[in-house]
Amino acid sequence: MAIAVVLILLVVGSVIFHFWSPWWFTPIASNWGMIDDTVNLTFWVTGIVFVLVNLFMAYCIIRFRHRKGNKAAYEPENKKLEIWLTVVTSIGVAAMLAPGLLVWAKVVTVPEGAMEVEAVGQQWAWSYRYPGKDGVFGTTSIKFVTAKNPFGVDPGDPNGQDDVLVDGKHMHLPMGQPAKLLLRSKDVLHNFTVPQFRVKMDLVPGMVSYIWLTPTRTGQFDVLCEELCGLAHFAMRSKVVVQEQRDFDAWLATQPTFAGATERMEPDLASGQAAYAVCSACHGVQGEGNPVLNAPKLAGLNSWYVEQQLKNYKSGARGYHEEDIYGRQMAPMANTLVDDRAVANVAAYIATLPERRVSDTIIGNTRRGKDLYRTCATCHGGEGDGIWSTHAPRLKNMDDWYLKRQLENFKSGVRGSHPQDPYGQQMVLMAPVLGDEQAIDDLVAYLGVL
Amino acid sequence: MTWALVFLALIMALVIGYLLSQTINRQPWLADDPLENRPSGMPQSILPSKLGLGVLLAVITSMFGLFFSAYVQRMELADWSRVQEPSVLWINTVVLVLASIAMNQALRGARRDDVRATRRALIAAGVLSFAFLVGQLVAWGQLRDAGFYMRGNPAAAFFYLLTAIHGIHLVGGLWVWARTSNRLRGVDKVGEFRLSVELCTVYWHFLLLVWLFLFALLLNT
Amino acid sequence: MAYVAIADRDDPHAMHHPKSFVTRYIWSQDHKVIAIQYSLIAIAVGLVALVLSGMMRLQLGFPDTFSFIDPADYYQFITMHGMIMVIYLLTALLLGGFGNYLIPLMVGARDMVFPYMNMLSVWVYLLAVIVLMASFFVPGGPTGAGWTLYPPQAILEGTPGASWGIILMLVSLAIFIVAFTMGGLNYVTTVLQARCRGMTLMRMPLSVWGIFMATVLGLLAFPALFVSAVMMTLDSLIGTSFFMPAIVSLGETESYDGGSPILFQHLFWFFGHPEVYIVALPAFGIVSDLLSTHARKNIFGYRMMVWAILAIGGLSFVVWAHHMYVSGMNPYFGFFFATTTLIIAVPTAIKVYNWVLTLWRGDIHLTVPMLFSIGFIFTFVHGGLTGLFLGNVVVDVPLSDTYFVVGHFHMVMGVSPILVIFGAIYHWFPKITGRMYNDSMGKLHFWLTLLGTYSIYLPMHYLGILGVPRRYFAMGTTDFIPDSAQAMNAGITVSAIIVAVVQIVFIVNMAWSVFKGKKSGGNPWRATTLEWQTPQTPPEHGNWGEKLPVVYRWAYDYSVPGAKEDFIPQNEPPEAGVIAGREHGVEHS
Repeated sequence: MAIAVVLILLVVGSVIFHFWSPWWFTPIASNWGMIDDTVNLTFWVTGIVFVLVNLFMAYCIIRFRHRKGNKAAYEPENKKLEIWLTVVTSIGVAAMLAPGLLVWAKVVTVPEGAMEVEAVGQQWAWSYRYPGKDGVFGTTSIKFVTAKNPFGVDPGDPNGQDDVLVDGKHMHLPMGQPAKLLLRSKDVLHNFTVPQFRVKMDLVPGMVSYIWLTPTRTGQFDVLCEELCGLAHFAMRSKVVVQEQRDFDAWLATQPTFAGATERMEPDLASGQAAYAVCSACHGVQGEGNPVLNAPKLAGLNSWYVEQQLKNYKSGARGYHEEDIYGRQMAPMANTLVDDRAVANVAAYIATLPERRVSDTIIGNTRRGKDLYRTCATCHGGEGDGIWSTHAPRLKNMDDWYLKRQLENFKSGVRGSHPQDPYGQQMVLMAPVLGDEQAIDDLVAYLGVL
Repeated sequence: MTWALVFLALIMALVIGYLLSQTINRQPWLADDPLENRPSGMPQSILPSKLGLGVLLAVITSMFGLFFSAYVQRMELADWSRVQEPSVLWINTVVLVLASIAMNQALRGARRDDVRATRRALIAAGVLSFAFLVGQLVAWGQLRDAGFYMRGNPAAAFFYLLTAIHGIHLVGGLWVWARTSNRLRGVDKVGEFRLSVELCTVYWHFLLLVWLFLFALLLNT
Repeated sequence: MAYVAIADRDDPHAMHHPKSFVTRYIWSQDHKVIAIQYSLIAIAVGLVALVLSGMMRLQLGFPDTFSFIDPADYYQFITMHGMIMVIYLLTALLLGGFGNYLIPLMVGARDMVFPYMNMLSVWVYLLAVIVLMASFFVPGGPTGAGWTLYPPQAILEGTPGASWGIILMLVSLAIFIVAFTMGGLNYVTTVLQARCRGMTLMRMPLSVWGIFMATVLGLLAFPALFVSAVMMTLDSLIGTSFFMPAIVSLGETESYDGGSPILFQHLFWFFGHPEVYIVALPAFGIVSDLLSTHARKNIFGYRMMVWAILAIGGLSFVVWAHHMYVSGMNPYFGFFFATTTLIIAVPTAIKVYNWVLTLWRGDIHLTVPMLFSIGFIFTFVHGGLTGLFLGNVVVDVPLSDTYFVVGHFHMVMGVSPILVIFGAIYHWFPKITGRMYNDSMGKLHFWLTLLGTYSIYLPMHYLGILGVPRRYFAMGTTDFIPDSAQAMNAGITVSAIIVAVVQIVFIVNMAWSVFKGKKSGGNPWRATTLEWQTPQTPPEHGNWGEKLPVVYRWAYDYSVPGAKEDFIPQNEPPEAGVIAGREHGVEHS
């Protein structure tokens, strides 16, 4: 008897939960309202069946529960009833399937004249490529992928020279313009998902998949990876910015092309050295760092990392938080470097500075630190040398007091929570693995013995 | 996956067709005298062990079917390049056919209850099967000498893999063969061992069939 | 007597009766002992998976609180939890456990047809479990590739356990498949060859039908997993490129070239989808028998139920790619697979109707097995209906890889079969042990399990609609997930822990009742099927004493008009009871 009452309560509760819970689709930002409609239709059809079947079952339990002297009816089958139920079910199923297939036909058919954008996935970051003025993408191949050519664009392909590369920044799309997103992976399976767009698709290494959509609302939306792609899967995020065509064009014009990408030019070490004079006041002539001035060691850092951080300081993506006192000091300093070229030069110069052993200032349990480092090693490398493709800097033989402060900053969001700093955001997601100060000390102490 | 599907469709049709031929459409709630009920099991001539072997062969076929499906799908990808099949495979094929024929002779001997003929044919079948396996190893050597390794060439990788899987099944058969032949020593009637010989024969024919299929596939791609 | 191959050759003295403790309980060839061995191993390993899920829930409900769970741990937990639950618990328990126990007893056989192979099966299964558990103790720990083990990531360094863990997983699966095949040969052959006299196919209880069809599916589908495991092992150890395309992983260019990760997915789901029915069909069959027995009414539309089992089994091989709608495969496949998938909903719905119609006009005894069966119908209806979302390609797209999927599959192939398993254990406990379980503890177990699991999985669907992705170690901040979702996650975790703890009640109940439960007698449920008619309870080796039973009627003669009792055992000759139907003209053509 109780079970019948509970069944009724569960049904009523589920219906109430359905209508009153605050969790429902995020407001749509693409043309795929039709998908929402089919979902809603399915909810109605299945919801009615759910309520009817369970209420009927509850009725049966109440009405036909065992009481003294009761006897069950004897009825092996009832063909008429069964056929009738089969027909009704088939109609219900067809009512959901037919509209679904019609919408799917639209999903798989890209309209003529859709603009093309490429989203490239790798462990654990997104980057984007636009075809440039000629409207044609250059061909790509895994064999061209290097630190200087992360997209793997064929350098000999004339179509690729004007391709616009957006690495480590947001994807932009113009409002109201159908866009075909070409999806390409450099390593493992990923999945390009923007919940507000509704459509999603896996990125499969070795082939190019696609989705298409027309953005219908301006704004910023999260891009998530939704296919398990390794340890930092949950930290593989990006954003897509939908803006008016005019704004989009203006933005696109400021982005580097494949031919003009700074990474591929030879840096000018002499002018880098000249620019470093400003830095040397705090960081030392040899980049050895100065704890008194809270200036960390720079020698030994990978040039791509220094470059990225200087750009972040310049754009305000780092040193934005008022509690980041030393970070804020860097912003005006970085601004003495006039353009990306100057940044690249000084970063290249820093990479030539001689390596020297730092002194340990923090004591911790290196055994435990080793366990904790297991997570970090995935991106920063087993030896802490840093890995260019994950944008993870070197950790080996760097100032421990500095590393500790940065980890604390990542944990508290003082560093890395700026929307323009995707790799910093990954650290914000990762740093909580270090539960307390002791854990940070242990980890940093372990880094000291690498 | 088409190949696997075709095979599975056949199997499922077989299963469902068999069930259909049974009492499946009767109204079972009408109680009858049990002896009035028409056939419910397999015909008596099929023993459980034969049915068991049949099911096992279906499982193995499913596995090979899926390997072949994977092969065909992998073949459609861009980097496929043909492998020159070692010529010794032709000799191996003849040897395996002979092994199968010898098995058949053993079975005929067993049916006549002629222990000597059975044992002779059985041993011939075993020796021929060993020769086939050695021949397969020679084929591997030839392929390796021709510069085809598992790495780097998917066709070669499939070649090694499929021949190895087939070979392992033959080795499994040889284990049963060894037990049967051993038991046949020093008996003067085939008697109860006829079943073992029969099962071995079916298995050998099956493996021959798989090999012919596999060989045809390898030759044509 | 062409139709009773084994029964006619029956010789009860020909069985090798065990003499020592070791041959009786350890190296036993008795299907009942093997069934218990299978079940105990499966439940033990299932408890490990339950603990793993608790750890995952702690992280999800209270992120940043438990520093002993790092991302690698988390991914290893979800992978091992999923694989253990699907393969090593559900498949092994339903087929190795219930299949072994019920088939010979229900069809009136003395044992499985190949008892020695049956014994090997359980020990090989144990080996598979040991190999799997060993992966917790190797460098790098178990694989964290997700239970689907998709390459390339499963064998690349960015995934936990990519060197040792994944290999042990693949090897363990291959061993499991060998064990399953040995068991499966037995189940199929026994059902087809060893039925007692009079046990026509259409007189078999639906439990046997469900287990039989699931075994057929397993025998044909597991090879796909085997094939993919072998090929992935070679990709990992030798460097072949079956599934591996050219890639740059973590800054290093790998030596692979040209393979196809999608090929793996096809093979995996070619096994993976039938696997769902390998778990579901035995549960369908068993629950039909529980409902019928405890509602004292024949199962409604028996013939339709058998047909539905066959139809589901056949169709289950042509729906696999509905797991791959967003995998990057040719999107036009979506039309075909959405259609086949929704067609399979029809026979499934018929089964649900027939279960409910069995209750209709019944005489429902709300025993513990009955409660679990009703709970099953409720959760299965829920899980089945959400399946209509995910099967319909365009509805699936926004929901795939979200918590909607997690909610759906836990409802349909987690909670539902588990409820049946519990119901079945309570139902057959008196036969297995000769004693009754404790009713109050059983009811407590039922209520907390049903309400707890529903409060876990219902909200998950809505998190999924909101867009919360699955397999995320931490959500961090996003612009679309409200704080209330995190509160809900904490609530789910609390429910999950309650449900996990409640299982202790079940274990205590079983352990206590084995020794101290009330004596149950041979047929406490007054059931018709053969296993309740054995001369001894628990049945001895050989099951039937001197003479095999003879079957005169189907398995569902409950409340037959004119009969003395409200049940007539299958082996009761017609003249003693009433020839059902004929006398009363209940005849539907």
